Amino acid sequence: MNSLSDLQEGKSLQVIQLKPVSRLDLIKYAGASGDYNPIHTIDEEARKAGLPGIIAHGMWTMGNLAKLFTPYYHEGFVKDYSVRFIGKVFLNDVITLKATLKEKFDQQYRFDVAAVNQHDSEVVKGEVIFSKY
Amino acid sequence: MFEQHIGKCSNKVKNIVESGAVKKFAEAIGDPHPIFIDEETGKKSRYQRNIAPPTFPRVFDFGVIAGLNLPKKGLIHGEQVFHYVRPLIVGEEIFCWLKVEDYVEKMGKSGKMGFLVLKGFGEDPTGEIIFTSKQTIIITEAVRKEMIV
Repeated sequence: MNSLSDLQEGKSLQVIQLKPVSRLDLIKYAGASGDYNPIHTIDEEARKAGLPGIIAHGMWTMGNLAKLFTPYYHEGFVKDYSVRFIGKVFLNDVITLKATLKEKFDQQYRFDVAAVNQHDSEVVKGEVIFSKY
Repeated sequence: MFEQHIGKCSNKVKNIVESGAVKKFAEAIGDPHPIFIDEETGKKSRYQRNIAPPTFPRVFDFGVIAGLNLPKKGLIHGEQVFHYVRPLIVGEEIFCWLKVEDYVEKMGKSGKMGFLVLKGFGEDPTGEIIFTSKQTIIITEAVRKEMIV
């Protein structure tokens, strides 16, 4: 699909499945974002915080999820983006990114968005309003 | 324990949507799209510049809220919201600050949970707000107790 205008309400964008989450992914995000909370990069610190191992930054997953909309940059922009972080993302988890068009109104396209792990559990869930030019 | 901070704001800080930082960020979220990193693609776009991904404000300095001392460890990021008037444009200056929007405590499974809502603002040099953000931070009872000690 080349244009969002062709997308009907109730239909979804092509899903994206990420490569298994690696430590390097999280080290890179820590460096790029400036979020050096060690529960995202150092096993011992994660265990001290009562976690079985390091977990991804919620914002890493939220950042990834937005890329479903990047190919449509010439048609509009992400005007509103809201999510809840509802599950932890661990090393080697396989995350799938999804967006379903719920409604179109006045050039505003409202999507339900979610990042789902390999157990089919939602880890991030929210909404995007894509505003068409 | 954070109720007395509701309404407080940080100082405004000048940030630059720096091209190298945008590239590094786009790569770190697995979205190295030409609209973020390729100068030519940016030039041909409606903004005639590259733009930044919607979650890029994570990189910005939002200043310091005097007296608000959050624990260094154990905070849980519960919710995140961004609202944009337009995308952030590479090279532009954005002035950012934070406001303590709300703090409530609710009884949860593992004791009283604190919910701190921080609202972020980003305005251009003319004073027009380009984006706002809202971050909900969950502070568990265990973490709050550690702070008092």
